[in-house]
Amino acid sequence: MFDAVIRNFGFLMGGFGVTLELTACALTGGILLGMIVGLGRISRSKWIYVPVTLYVNFIRNIPLILVIFWFYFVMPIIAGKPLNPFISAVISFIIFEATYFGEIFRAGYQSISVDLIHAAYSTGLTYSQTARYVLIPIAFRRMLPSLITQSIITFQDTSLAFVIGLEEFVRRASIVDNLEVRSIQLYGFVGIVFFIFCFIGSKISLHFEEKGRRAGVL
Amino acid sequence: MIEIKNVSKWFGDFQVLKDINETIEKGQTVVICGPSGSGKSTLLRCINGLEPYQEGEIIVDGESLSDPKTNLYKLRQKIGMVFQRFELYPHMTVLKNITLAPMKVLKKSKKEAEKKAMELLERVGIPDKANEYPANLSGGQQQRVAIARSLAMEPEYMLFDEPTSALDPEMINEVLEVMVDLAKEGMTMVVVTHEMGFAREVADEIIFMDEGRIVERGTGEEFFANPKSERTKLFLSQILV
Repeated sequence: MFDAVIRNFGFLMGGFGVTLELTACALTGGILLGMIVGLGRISRSKWIYVPVTLYVNFIRNIPLILVIFWFYFVMPIIAGKPLNPFISAVISFIIFEATYFGEIFRAGYQSISVDLIHAAYSTGLTYSQTARYVLIPIAFRRMLPSLITQSIITFQDTSLAFVIGLEEFVRRASIVDNLEVRSIQLYGFVGIVFFIFCFIGSKISLHFEEKGRRAGVL
Repeated sequence: MIEIKNVSKWFGDFQVLKDINETIEKGQTVVICGPSGSGKSTLLRCINGLEPYQEGEIIVDGESLSDPKTNLYKLRQKIGMVFQRFELYPHMTVLKNITLAPMKVLKKSKKEAEKKAMELLERVGIPDKANEYPANLSGGQQQRVAIARSLAMEPEYMLFDEPTSALDPEMINEVLEVMVDLAKEGMTMVVVTHEMGFAREVADEIIFMDEGRIVERGTGEEFFANPKSERTKLFLSQILV
């Protein structure tokens, strides 16, 4: 019943490899930029806060597919030459996901009370010791479930890179489908693979959420 | 000795502290009371450099807090502080909460720090909770751990910011008892509290603050028996029902 999948297994999984690579790049860039965006969102300087907030609110209120399209069609005009679809997709995803990760980091940073920091200072800990032993571990535990959830969403979102011709998992399935005309089994297979990965991810997220709740950290 | 000289502080346009003068000698216990928003907690935070002030000077053992050459981190090692909402590190066990600063700041070995921590837990009456997480402790127990955490740095001064006001009534005494013992052992303490029984028992001086000013000061009995200002009388009549 999965004959077309079996015949083209290597080709399909090559596409899945591209999906994983795209996810890894989008997450690395998105999380790193997100940390900075999160700091910008709690900045006291309006020269930092206002532009960062505009960026976050603008991107979060438009569909991802538009960001991908715009970037792909506008960049060649600016750069003067067409962009590789993989790089174009990675940059679009980083710009988009960083706003979501940024809000997670902002909430994490803000969840720590000023008095907890004062308590650490009052025992003689320095700023960097307080950050290392108190702030970051607590903020990280609180953020971990949301970070995993957003990572799963990013993983699913990468299939949208399909629209600019990137040969990721869904695109490869559609190429095979054009030749073999086995839509149900091919897209069914893609769905099962996505489901397994995301399901495991959401269980991991739930595990950390329960662990955090039991320890009273959340 | 802590010397507070003509200290004023503003939050934006709002003046929270107005020309505060006070000297706290070694071994003394000073209780600060007053209505909320009177600047008591802010004053306490200024004493260990957690909040800056704009005018005047605070000098701890000869070192001025506003002198840029003063190492605030170093100075805070000898000033412990206990907070209204305990502020224990939620991701660490009770033992780790207490040993963190002695190990990282004083560079004590783990063994040495844990030995001291167990002695302190013994002293505040909860040695059996050493391996629990703060979330599993009652408020009174958490506050006693917070006191032990401060004492682990062997401070010369202890600041208490309304240490019992977040506690259920039946837990207040277990915390006050620890504080009374400390005062009687000669710890220098500045305590913001409305527990007038505690003030009566151990305070060498009681200060009443209102709208950022010290309105009245007196020794224990004198303060309660003959309050001079109308504001203090009104406050005491409301609090001592």
